[in-house]
Amino acid sequence: MEKKNSIGQFMFNNAIYFVLVAIIGFIIFMDDSFVSPRNLQFILTQASTRLILAIGVAGLLILAGTDLSVGRMVGLSAVVTASLLQASDYARRIYPELPSGPLMIVVTLIIVVIIVGMLSAVNGVIIAKFNVTPFIATLGMQLVIYGINSLYFDAVGGSPIAGLDPMYTKFAQGSIALTEEFQLSYLVIYATIVTFVMWVIWNKTKLGKNMFAVGGNREAAEVSGVNVGKTIIMISIIAGMLYGFAGFLELARTGSATNNFGNGYELDAIAACVVGGVSFNGGVGSIGGIITGVLIFQVINYGFAYINISPYIQYIIKGLIIIIAVAIDTQKYVKKK
Amino acid sequence: MLNNEYVLEMIDIVKDFPGVRALNKAQLKLRPGTVHALMGENGAGKSTLMKCLFGIYIEDEGEIFLDGKKIHFNNPKQALESGVSMVHQELNQVKETRVMDNIWLGRFPAKGLLVDHKKMYKDTKAILDDLGISIDPKEKVEDIPLSECQMLEIAKAVSYDAKIIVMDEPTSSLTEREVDHLFRIINRLRDKGCAIVYISHKMEEILAISDEVTIMRDGQWVATHFAKDLTTEKIINLMVGRDLTDRFPPKTNTPGDIILDVQDLTTYYAPQVQSASFYLRKGEVLGIAGLVGSRRTELVEALFGVRKKASGTILFHGKQIQNKYPREAIKNGFALLTEDRRKSGIFGVLSIRFNAKIANIKSYTNSLGLLKRKKITKDVKWVIDSMRVKTPSEKTQIRSLSGGNQQKVILGRWLLTEPEILLLDEPTRGIDVGAKYEIYQLIGDLANRDKGVIVISSEMPELIGITDRILVMSNGKVAGIVDTKTTSQEEIMTLAAKYL
Repeated sequence: MEKKNSIGQFMFNNAIYFVLVAIIGFIIFMDDSFVSPRNLQFILTQASTRLILAIGVAGLLILAGTDLSVGRMVGLSAVVTASLLQASDYARRIYPELPSGPLMIVVTLIIVVIIVGMLSAVNGVIIAKFNVTPFIATLGMQLVIYGINSLYFDAVGGSPIAGLDPMYTKFAQGSIALTEEFQLSYLVIYATIVTFVMWVIWNKTKLGKNMFAVGGNREAAEVSGVNVGKTIIMISIIAGMLYGFAGFLELARTGSATNNFGNGYELDAIAACVVGGVSFNGGVGSIGGIITGVLIFQVINYGFAYINISPYIQYIIKGLIIIIAVAIDTQKYVKKK
Repeated sequence: MLNNEYVLEMIDIVKDFPGVRALNKAQLKLRPGTVHALMGENGAGKSTLMKCLFGIYIEDEGEIFLDGKKIHFNNPKQALESGVSMVHQELNQVKETRVMDNIWLGRFPAKGLLVDHKKMYKDTKAILDDLGISIDPKEKVEDIPLSECQMLEIAKAVSYDAKIIVMDEPTSSLTEREVDHLFRIINRLRDKGCAIVYISHKMEEILAISDEVTIMRDGQWVATHFAKDLTTEKIINLMVGRDLTDRFPPKTNTPGDIILDVQDLTTYYAPQVQSASFYLRKGEVLGIAGLVGSRRTELVEALFGVRKKASGTILFHGKQIQNKYPREAIKNGFALLTEDRRKSGIFGVLSIRFNAKIANIKSYTNSLGLLKRKKITKDVKWVIDSMRVKTPSEKTQIRSLSGGNQQKVILGRWLLTEPEILLLDEPTRGIDVGAKYEIYQLIGDLANRDKGVIVISSEMPELIGITDRILVMSNGKVAGIVDTKTTSQEEIMTLAAKYL
């Protein structure tokens, strides 16, 4: 207790922010041209969809759950989006009679958000009503969703779906020139809006408070009159909607989609969350921490490539950061005897 | 003083669990403006009955009337909305969140879509001030002491403005002073017309606070009497269904030479034990008394190597030992029965056999490193027979036994290691009266067999009933060591408050 206000304790409690600063410091030390608006723009843009995914899965982690089906849901969203939003003059259009234009983009977005939101709701129902461990429930659903996505992909031709509507690409990939050198991409704006809305939900609404309560002590929530099942399902739906949105945006970056789109995204998202201080035991987590977690990985991805560090070494560093971050975080909760 | 109308009637309630009938025509009739004690041995069905009322369990048969109207709650939310609130036996709090989040959990005040934090803070402050509880609403629950957590639970139950409040063992981690505080709160609620169901094992409390007492046994209603017509002996008789004239077995042990000599033992981390010195003789039962937070548990944990020592010496048979780790302590002939049976005593989902053999596993390995099945079977049988464990088989999951039987298995587990010193931390906590007597007998047997036994207990009559001397802890220090034959509860209480 007496150590509470010392500098050491402060650094210990905020270790993750210092790690981010240290990594950036190291990159700048190696190559000071790293400090440029262009690089900032790249990092923020690349981090955007990852942040949306991480915030989605974080809600489930805070509920003391997890989600292994994130990547497959992103993949489904991307494949459906691609099949519905091909350019009107593209020769190998899957649905030649479909209209195109702004309305179609919005309708497609709504469709994929609803589809993935409902699939995620199924996860929630399996977990809340049939009491299947989240790990198992989402492991199973992951396969189911991949199967569904592959069937659809095969039915519409079985080859990479490309030739996307340029207006859609602009919607997801466009940017506003703030200065001559700095372009604020729409992705960053979308991610900022999502982050703000989620921050409000987590901190200012009953649903958010119930989420922390259910994750922190499910029984306490139950006897206090919280509808635990509904909370789990609602948070699952929100997570699914975010995955759907992220898949929709991510497709524009890659330009085409196959049924393997999004494979493994859940691990990046979960890694960013735990590095950002979201507890795997539930009940603990903050939006600020998740942003930091996502940025750490993105800075490593982009910055280490920038100073020519081998991607294999990047893997080692990322792996160690995950372990060390969680080890430090856990120390806060270990009671010394 | 008493009205004739009942605010709550629970009639012929039946509740079956797989393999057991937990409630068999249980009943409870509650008058408004009274405190109604619900008593019975562990497993008698008190908590189950209350969980049926509160909508945690759904009864299989029977009827519940609230204000004369037949009701049926499917979940706690409905119960709370109908004016029934409950202080639960296990502390049900979300430790990661703040005090006010816990109080308003499940009914956060809202302004539109958003939670109204200002109102939450103000209302929490008002509730706590009103009850005379000085906790900051913005403090995190994990940062406040256990006894205040319990007061918080009580404050929460009261804040529902319920007409019925169920309190399931509300005083289990409260100090004497806080119990007084609780009783003042209860009296005020009673004056307001609130009906309170009070579940406790502490007879003195029951007789002090309640108007009526309902006694249950084996899931059945046994009797309901006015508290003024009852005595401790009568209640025990009704609870166990037999005469239990002596609560404690006669003492027959004779302490011998000093076996353990502890000097200036100080622990490393807070909460600290400071320069504790005492000795223990062969065949002696030494009690440790003290208020909650007086660090009795920390003292035995330090002896057993669970807790790091800063300084001090431990002489065992005159030779200095370290006991740095539990495995070293076990090798030296120490055994520790921990305070929290569910957390650090039993392996709940595993069998009685596993639970009995686990501390002694080393002695069961043959030269190939494999376990000797026959020897284990023999030892497990010895544990079940000599400890009189009531169980269908050694393969039964230990969590399906009653608390008393679980404790007997754990005690047997330690006896298999053939210890010379037994450290028993609250060995009868949460155990019914009949099983308590058996534990007392076992402790007496151990002393007769020249073991040194240290017993921590919060129940003063128990310490006076079974020990030879009593060490009193106060705020981390040894406040005094008294001879059980000549001491009194008053003397022990005075010592317990010495360093506060």
